[in-house]
Amino acid sequence: MERKIVLPGEEINLEGMKQGNGIYHENGKYYSYQMGVLQTYNNYANIIPLSGKYYPVRNDRIIGKVIDIAPSFWIMDIRGPYPGFLHINDTPWKNLDQDLNKILGIGDTVFLKVNEITESRQIWLSLKDAGLRKLEGGHIVMVQPTKVSRIIGKAGSMVNTIKEMTGVKIQLGQNGVVWLDGSADKVMAVKKILKYIEKEAHTSGLTDRVKKILEENKGD
Amino acid sequence: MIELGTQSDIKLINEDGLRIDGRKFNELRPIRIEVGVLNRADGSAYIEWGGNKVLVAVYGPREAFPKHTQNPSRAIINARYNMAAFSVDERKRPGPDRRAVEISKVIGEALECAVFTEQFPRTSIDVYIEVLQADAGTRIAGLTAASVALVDAGIPMKDLVVGCASGKIDGKVVLDLNKEEDNFGQADLPMAIIPRTQEIVLLQMDGNMTRDELEEAVELSKKAAMYISDLQKEALLAKYKASESEKEGERSE
Repeated sequence: MERKIVLPGEEINLEGMKQGNGIYHENGKYYSYQMGVLQTYNNYANIIPLSGKYYPVRNDRIIGKVIDIAPSFWIMDIRGPYPGFLHINDTPWKNLDQDLNKILGIGDTVFLKVNEITESRQIWLSLKDAGLRKLEGGHIVMVQPTKVSRIIGKAGSMVNTIKEMTGVKIQLGQNGVVWLDGSADKVMAVKKILKYIEKEAHTSGLTDRVKKILEENKGD
Repeated sequence: MIELGTQSDIKLINEDGLRIDGRKFNELRPIRIEVGVLNRADGSAYIEWGGNKVLVAVYGPREAFPKHTQNPSRAIINARYNMAAFSVDERKRPGPDRRAVEISKVIGEALECAVFTEQFPRTSIDVYIEVLQADAGTRIAGLTAASVALVDAGIPMKDLVVGCASGKIDGKVVLDLNKEEDNFGQADLPMAIIPRTQEIVLLQMDGNMTRDELEEAVELSKKAAMYISDLQKEALLAKYKASESEKEGERSE
């Protein structure tokens, strides 16, 4: 099946493939319900959306911002349709007598994972895993959540290239929040590259083009 | 001055069968749609339809507020149609009025027919329609742009919603009335459909028409809507083609 951009309501010829994401059926025919790129994976036809909110998936690693504090948990903005909850028991901090505000205040940014999504779409987050932490300092860049996989690249090839060539620390959240730390000019250069990848995500040969741009700008 | 909405001796169709702006009875005004014009919104669109200029921003799905508006089984669509103070000849008093509340309601309901609202319980999808310049047929222009903005926001939809108005002037059924025809004609019939299924999702009428004339007008609008639907698709694809043509430019350097 060829890779092409489809629009909502466009009929999809499954060609014997199974119905995957972004496809609905009506009267025995299959149609796309989102604007995206039609791709096949493991005998499934999927539509990879070109835009949209972040829809949490279990074990996703994301970056959230504290927006409110309840007696035993924090309420986080994770750029999805619903807020995320981080309970004190799902953090490495043990002191329950402490005021939650002293551990994480409103506006603090945290790198965490999606622990559980309940039937009523409550999203419970966790800080208990290797590498998960509060992010201090640095810069935040927002990209489309649907373009994050492109920024990572095949087995991390894209993000590793950027890290190696600029020396900027990068923490990628699946929800489209990117945390950068390094010298101001380097961070600005990475921000520009991220926006470029976001714009060109649906085209091919992107890693090589990014490499070329980074090499050209090395001299400055 | 001739009062609006009353009979007058103004001729809206001349001897050659042409209308005051030179169009034939089944001819649309020029339409231009642009996608992704606002950076802060989740999705946006801008439409120029004859003298109409309408800007649409879409936010969501996001938690619905106030909380009592939330529906535990599906998302609510919160459309707001608003006319700018400078959009009409005489200054329009800002803020929602009876007309704007009605139009917001019918547009919201038309969009609801296409959106898979059951995928996002307890959320709201907010659609802000700002009419910058009005020249008859703004609700349909707003709705046409709103469905494009919803697709740009990545919201799951059955199909795009597309609208077109027709009406009756000088006793003849014509397509896509302009301001003069709307004011001095006998009827105005805005309509919106889901092109794939030909389902009618919005139909209003102002004025009088016979049963046969109504059927004629609906057929005229349907045909035009299918054409406008193609314009919507072209506009959406153009957003992503633009970057590809830049790439072509890079290669030729």
